[in-house]
Order: sequence, then C-alpha cells, then structure tokens
Amino acid sequence: MSPSVRLQEMIRVIRGARTQGEERGVIQRECAAIRAQFRQADNGTRSHNLAKLLYVHMLGYPAHFGQMECVRLIASPRYNEKRVGYLGAMMLLDEKQDASLLITNSIKNDLSHSSQYVQSLALCTLGCMGSAEMCRDLAPEIDRLLRASNSYIKKKAALCAVHIVRKVPELGELFTPASRSLLSEKNHGVLHGAVVLITELCERNPETLEQFRKAVPELVQIMKGLVMSGYSPEHNVAGISDPFLQVRILRLLRILGRNNETASDAVNDLLAQVATNTDSSKTAGSAVLYETVLTVMDIKSESGLRVMEYISMTSLQKIVQTDHNAVQRHRGTIVDCLKDQDASVKRRALELSLALVSAVNIRSLMKELLLFLSSCPPELRAHTTSGIFNAAERYAPSQRWHIDTILHVLTTAGGDVRDETVPNLIQLITTATELHCYTVHKLYRALIADISVQSLVQVACWCIGEYGDLLLRGECEETEPVQVAEDDVLDALETVLQSHMSSPATRGFALTATMKLSTRITHNVDRIRSIVSIYGSCIDVELQQRAVEYNALFKKYDHMRAAVLERMPVIDKSSPGHTNGESAGGSIKEMEPTKRTQEVVLPQEPANQVCDLLDLLGGSGEPPQPSPALSTTMLGPVSSTAGGDLLDLLGGLDVTPVPPSVIVYEKNGVTLKLQTDRQTDTGMTITLTATNSTDREITSLTLQAAVPKSVQLQMKAPSGDVIPAHGLGQVTQTVLLNNPNKVSLKMRVRVCYTSQDFVCQDTVQIDSFPSPAW
Amino acid sequence: MLRFLLLFSRQGKLRLQKWFTPVTEREKKKVIREMTLMVLARPPRSCNFLHWRDLKIVYKRYASLYFCCGLEDQDNELLTLEVLHRYVELLDKYFGNVCELDIIFNFEKAYFILDEFLMGGEILETSKTAVGIAMEEAETLQEVTPPPPPPPLTHTHGHLSLTHLPKYVNMFSVLFTDNGGVYE
Repeated sequence: MSPSVRLQEMIRVIRGARTQGEERGVIQRECAAIRAQFRQADNGTRSHNLAKLLYVHMLGYPAHFGQMECVRLIASPRYNEKRVGYLGAMMLLDEKQDASLLITNSIKNDLSHSSQYVQSLALCTLGCMGSAEMCRDLAPEIDRLLRASNSYIKKKAALCAVHIVRKVPELGELFTPASRSLLSEKNHGVLHGAVVLITELCERNPETLEQFRKAVPELVQIMKGLVMSGYSPEHNVAGISDPFLQVRILRLLRILGRNNETASDAVNDLLAQVATNTDSSKTAGSAVLYETVLTVMDIKSESGLRVMEYISMTSLQKIVQTDHNAVQRHRGTIVDCLKDQDASVKRRALELSLALVSAVNIRSLMKELLLFLSSCPPELRAHTTSGIFNAAERYAPSQRWHIDTILHVLTTAGGDVRDETVPNLIQLITTATELHCYTVHKLYRALIADISVQSLVQVACWCIGEYGDLLLRGECEETEPVQVAEDDVLDALETVLQSHMSSPATRGFALTATMKLSTRITHNVDRIRSIVSIYGSCIDVELQQRAVEYNALFKKYDHMRAAVLERMPVIDKSSPGHTNGESAGGSIKEMEPTKRTQEVVLPQEPANQVCDLLDLLGGSGEPPQPSPALSTTMLGPVSSTAGGDLLDLLGGLDVTPVPPSVIVYEKNGVTLKLQTDRQTDTGMTITLTATNSTDREITSLTLQAAVPKSVQLQMKAPSGDVIPAHGLGQVTQTVLLNNPNKVSLKMRVRVCYTSQDFVCQDTVQIDSFPSPAW
Repeated sequence: MLRFLLLFSRQGKLRLQKWFTPVTEREKKKVIREMTLMVLARPPRSCNFLHWRDLKIVYKRYASLYFCCGLEDQDNELLTLEVLHRYVELLDKYFGNVCELDIIFNFEKAYFILDEFLMGGEILETSKTAVGIAMEEAETLQEVTPPPPPPPLTHTHGHLSLTHLPKYVNMFSVLFTDNGGVYE
C-alpha cells in the first residue's frame, strides 16, 4: 500500500463534497489539521501533509502557511521529503517571496550530493524558479556540473544554465567554453540541452555568435546523422528521428547563418536534404519541415537561393494543408517570391498565395496577385485568373470590390480567362443592383478604350444593352459623371459589330444590345432599325437569324417590343438560358440570389459517418482518406473516396435528355433539386438546391454524398443550413465529381434536416444526371 | 520557451499547472481562467493554435483532459503539439493506460514526470525510455515509512463509485484519433 494513501483519502473526501460550501468546510478542516501537524515535531507524515496542502492549493485555496514547511522539508535528509519539499517550493514559492532565499543554501548543498537524483531535484528547482541572486550565487556550481558529471546531470545542468543566462545575461560568458565541448556528446538529452544553451548565448551576445559559427559544420554533421539515420526506437516519432533535436538544431543554424555567406552555404545542402527526406504526413515531420522553411527564409546564400526558395515553397504547400495559420505569418515572403525571376519559384509562390487567401487578407493579397498578373509569364496566366476568380468569389468583401477585381483581370488578361467567366460576371452584375450605374459606366469606358478582349467586350455590350438608360442619364454617384450621347453608345456598339476583331459570339452580344437599346433610348430608334435590317442579310447565320427576328419585332410585333425588351430580373445562377442575356425565351426562374455567408465553418463529415454511407453502397473496399491531423476553420473542400460494389447495380448510364434541373427528393415539404453546371469527359459539377414549402423553416440541413470507387467527390461549403419557409429561400451546395476512369456515374445523397422539431434523414440514389444547363 | 503548461478537465477544473516564469498568484488565476474559457469555447474540429496577448497558445484534448501551453513567438507550434503528445505517452507508460483519475489522485507523480521531461520551459529529455528509467530509479530511493492502517476495502470502492466522478476513460486509446475524444 503506497504511503500516500492518506493523501488519496483526502482527495476522495474532497471530491465527495456535494456543494461548494461542503468542499470549503472539508478543506478548512484538513488545513487546520495540516497546520497542527506542521507545528509538531517530525513524525514521518510531513511529506504527506505537504502533498495534501499542494492539492488544496491546486483547487485554488490559499496555502502560504506551507512555505516554511517546504523549506524545512528541502533540508531534510530523506529523499521523499526532499522531493515533496522541492515540488512545494516550485509551486508555492517564487523569487518574490523571502522564503525562497532560505532554500539557496539547501540547493547549494544538494548540488554536490552524492545521489544524482538529489542533485537533479536541486537543479530542477533552480532552473525553474531561481532568482537572479540565487543564480549568481550558484553559477560556478552549475558550470562545474556541466563539465564533469554523467549525462543525466549534464543535461539538467545545461538547461539550468539556460535559465541562469536568461536571468543574468552577463553570466553567459561563464558557460561558453563548457557549452562548446558539449556538442560532441552522444546523448541526445545533453545535445539538446547544449543546443538550447548555445542558442541562448548566441542570441544575447554577438561575439559569442561569431565564435559559434565555427561550429556550423559540426551541427550540420549531427543533423545529417539524424536525418539519414536508421530507425532508433528510443527517439523515433512517426518515422522522424528525434524531431525535437532536429528542430532545435535548425533554429540554431538559422541564427548562425543569418547574414553570413559561408555559414549559409554550408547549411544549404543540409536544408535541401532535410526538406526532401522528411515525411510531412504526421505532425512531427511537419514541425521539422516548418522549421526548415523558416530557416531557409532567413538565411541568404548566392548559389542556392532559387532552389531553396523552391523547396521551401513546396514544403509550405505541404504544411498549409495541416496548419494554415502558421504559414499565414510568412505571407509577406511568399508574396515577394511572386516577384522572383525564376518561373518555377513564381509558380509555387502563386499556388501558395492562392492557398493562403482568406477573408482577412483578401484585399492586400489580391492587390499583389493582380500586380503579378500584369507581369506573369503567359503559361501561368490562365491558372492565375481562375485562381483569382475563385478567391474573389469566396472572399469578396463587397460587391463593388468583386466587380472591380473581375474587370481589372479582364482588362489585364482577358484573353486568358475561362469561358464561364462572362456569364458569371453578368450574373454577378445583375445581383449588384445598386452598382448597375457604376458598372455600366466603367464598362462603357473600357469598351471605347479597347475592343480586342472578347470577354470584356461581351460583358460590356450586355451591360450597355441592359442598363443603357442609366448610362445615358449621365449622373452616377460612384464615378465622375461623363456625358454620353445616344449616338456615342450606338457608335461604340456598331464598332464592335463591324470590327474584324470581334468574334461571332461577341457580335451577337452587340446586336442584341443594340436591339435592347431601342426601348431605352428616345431619339435614334431609326438608326437602330437600320442597323438591324442591314444585318438581316449578314453572312453569319446566327447574326442573320437574330437580325431577322428583331426586324420582325419592329414591324409586326412592335406593340410587344417594350415588354419583350424590358429590364431582366435578377438571374439566379442555376437558371438555364442566361447565356446571351436573351430576354425572350428560356424559363428564367425568378428567385432571390442565394446569400453567401463569408466564413461558413464546414462541418467535416466525421470518418464514421462517411463509413455508414459507404456501407450503404454495399461494403467499402478502401478506408476513406483520413482527415488531416490538424483541421482548420478555413473553408476547405472535404474529399472522400468511396468504396463499394456499386458497379453491380449499374446497368450503364442512361443519358436521356432531361430538363436541366431534376427533382431528386421531395418529402415533408422539402424539395431537393439537382442541376448539372458543367460536364466534361472526366467529371462534372453539380449543384444541389434545397427548398422548403412548409410553414416553418427547416434547420440543420446537411447533405452527404457517396459515389462509386475511383470517382472523387468534393463537396463545397453549403450556402447555409437553414431553409426559410414558404419557399422564400433556398440552400445550395455545389459538388464536384472527378471521374478519371470514366465509370458510370451514380451518386447517393443523404439528406438530414430538422423540420418542426423532428429530425429527418433520408437517402436518395441518383442514377442519371441531367445535361448541363449551357 | 514554454511559459506555462496547464491541464484542465472539460468542466474547467484544473488538474495540473506548471509555470516556467515567475507569476503572481493573482496573475496565475487570471491566466487559468482565461485559458479555460478560451479553449473550452473552441469547436471540436478547430485548429489547435490560438493567439493570446503576445503568446501563442497550443492546446490538445485527450479524452476528458485539455492540455494547454503558452509559447513565445519564435517557438515552433507544431513541435509543441508533439511535446504534449510525448508527455501523455510518458504518463501512459508510467501509469499504464492513464486516465484523468490517475492524474487527480497521483498529481505529484505527474509533476515528477513532467520535471524529468521539461525544465525551464525547454525540453530536457528527448528519449522515450530515459524518463521512465529515471522515475523508476528515483522510486527506489523513496524510503518506505510505515503506512497507516489501510481502510477497509468496501469503503474504498464505495468512494470510487460516487456519481459525479468522471467515467473511467482511457486517455491513451484516444491518443491517435484526431481532435476531440470520442468518449463522453
């Protein structure tokens, strides 16, 4: 039976108290008893009583009357009493108390005790709470122990020395010689302590720093040994040999290599080696990699610069998935790398910058990215523009900023943007109702300046067609007013129509815009009529068809013209037929634009739930990908690979023409529609839209999906989890499917929601996907 | 260097506190209160790193205990996660399938183990086995004072079954899942 059973007894009694008051009562009684015991002569229970007091202290009750007891116990010859005494000293005393001075003598004696464990108690206490005077007093002792003792004591003496140097920096000189020789120790604990001590000394004293530069080769050797060594069970953490020591050495090398060519050169090889050989799938590896990157960023070296930056970027990329915040701190350096000469470094910096974008840094980071865009190599342009658009879409602080950004990109690199940019931008503009005037003015100006960038011209034409009246009105809050006459506008559109630079699609935009203006302008309707009739005999079939139709609108259906060409309602992103802004034809759903919440915490599907879904698919072959060890609150896609013998159930994908939006689930007033946004050979993007026709809102909506093996699934963050009642709003969630093996695509969706206090959960299987909207 | 290391339960009860710089009692209480409030308020899958005053806070939950420490700016947060993990491993090795109750009833042992692993806010020993060996050898030095008469066995069991004791939860088996214990 352990001797401290009385302590445990007391702990039990205290924990048995049912109320605060009862607990206080118990503790008061115990403290009184302890105080009485302290006053008595030595009866073999002093250590237990002090331990009890320490427990009470941890609960938050005053325990200062135990301070003297600590002093007494430390002076006791018995080890267990000393042990508790020192523990008490560390907990109850600090350098501000007078009682701490009293233990200096005991510590001094114990430092030369025959038993190393007693020595270690003294070292530990001194290293934790030694005051400046105590440190000055005992420093020579510590130096002695640093040189001539076993490894157990040496490592403790080293860290004790660190504490002393922190308290009394001048004493650093005392420890410098000893610390140098410690580097040749084999014992990792001593090595670690030595590295910490040397780091501390170098940080405080530039001369010492100079001295220790000579130790760089030795440190590099040690590091290499750690990185390339085989498995050492004692020090191994997740495949990395002693990451604690590795990180400390890297930190020291960083300090030694700063602003010094020779030292940096020596370190470069090593850093490359570490970066390539370290496996960063677990935290330990990431920690080492992170420190490597910090080191790379700090040290300068002529030859290795490019390679080092490249490697550091690659490492950061690995880390940014696991620990977003740590990498954010180095955003500045990464942005600088965007301006680097080397193309691969630029590419890495670009990817890293895009990964680092968040709601907080969007404005400043976007400025840098736009700057980069104007000077970036052509092969990176498409990637940059799509990255910028994605980032802008997710984190735009305001609509105006968003529109400005897109316009900027179009003017700078309009030729490299993807096709869906134009409709996306148009949709964005329609939702920003207050900004119509501002937008059309800006676009008009861009149009008259340059009509070579097709995407920009298309958007400009569409806007002028829609909002021409605002343009002609002349006044606009957000930009300087400029007088635009009807003739000018028509001139601009005609120029686009006639220019050989305009693509057929662009001309289609321009023609339609001209037509729309016929209801928005007053004087020059005849001019429009003549333009339209000219194109009635145009070679281009599409244009000819349009012109003929518009002609008919003028002649036979003039009474309908105004109604047909009136202002369009706000376009919902999922609606079909908003390609060319046709106001006639197509069923445009009049829905509110989905509100975008800025930082939605994506509830990552816990592994077991994904497993359930997989079970539904008939047994899983592979386990789902483990979520990274450190998850972040950032909006990040959750990818899971589904297993399953789904292929048995498949008869082959049945692609029959279906309306673009399919209802896949309808129950309890909740409707889930599926629409294909995009479809390529190897994948598709679909949007699930949930609406609610009941009287009360639906809450806690979650959608989970599972797909056959070899198909990759990415679910973007849902727009929310509450569907307002009466069909007044909706929740959308975009799902990306990547189907590299081109297997038949099926999907199971599990819908969970709370409706009128009931939790409902249903699963639907989707066997065929509608063809994309456009 | 580490500035402090705290262990507290999900109800905010402090189980261990180690301060590596001189701090007044009042300041300690303040820090403890703020740490518990901040860390316990975090959603389950959030990042393990926080910013507080001029320090970086690293925390990790193992079963019913939160391990929380404060770092200075130049310290490596990822490595500190490993430090916390190593400490839990050491506790587990010593107590055998450690749980919160072990740390409550043997808090002084938890401190002794910590003092073999960290000193002055820095790592003292990086080998997994060395700490265990040191603890064993130190135990042999403990003089065995005659223990008081043991209480009757039923009494002991009775106390252990008090309703508001936390469930016997094995901390180590939760070590290798990610944030947030599965047991409650």
